[in-house]
Amino acid sequence: MFPIEHFLYLGALLFSVGLIVVITKKNMIMVLLGIELMLNASNLNLIAFNQLHTNSVNGQMFALFVIIVAVCEAAVGLAIVIQVYKYYQTSVPGEVNELNE
Amino acid sequence: MSLTTFLFYFFEAIAALSAIALIFVRNVFYGALLLIMCLLALAAIYILAFAEFIAVTQILVYVGGILVVIIFGIMLTTKIAGKAMIVEHGYGFSGTLAGISFLVVLVYSLFQQSFPENNIPLIQSDFNSINTIGINLMSDFLLPFEVAGVLLLIALIGSAVLASSIKSNKI
Repeated sequence: MFPIEHFLYLGALLFSVGLIVVITKKNMIMVLLGIELMLNASNLNLIAFNQLHTNSVNGQMFALFVIIVAVCEAAVGLAIVIQVYKYYQTSVPGEVNELNE
Repeated sequence: MSLTTFLFYFFEAIAALSAIALIFVRNVFYGALLLIMCLLALAAIYILAFAEFIAVTQILVYVGGILVVIIFGIMLTTKIAGKAMIVEHGYGFSGTLAGISFLVVLVYSLFQQSFPENNIPLIQSDFNSINTIGINLMSDFLLPFEVAGVLLLIALIGSAVLASSIKSNKI
């Protein structure tokens, strides 16, 4: 239907933006948002390549499992962020620089 | 240009623009809202790519689940009487360099490659992807399905333990 390259260009853009967000933002929740963006870019590629195989949904199955793993990662990551915030009173990753009180 | 073609590029533009705006936004809450917009546009693109089940899952799980949890996290990790949730930027040059060079590598390799023509017709009469996904989940992908269930249980218990505020000497 639509040319496969146009999905892949959008996926490449989303992944690069996610990488920039992960590196440059000084807030743990923003870093998590960037990771979600990167996972979605990979999902978009899986679904785009699934279109090349008619009557097959293997790519969609992989995308489904990627979504499940992303859910687990977000839940555990946010729990860690909240605990770190309670202890250090900050959500800047660079300021968390001691192991013990 | 037909309506579906217009919609496809419209949603691609929305996804790309809201993702790019995520780089420049300084408020965490606005960042979460921009990510919601990007994910909804991606769900629309999934529908146009004949992945209806993934699109519905995307809306239910990401927009309904993860983003609500993230907004809870934002509200729990900001000082109540403090200032607005302004995010500082650091490593601006190195981060932009890494992202843009990665993008250039990807786009260059995509230019080199030639993909087969995507000639799926718009209306597929005898193929039901949701039906096939259900059959696949119970036959070929049964082991990953069960492992995913165990993984979800572990993540549920683990995050509940991690985020609880009960003092324990054992942990």
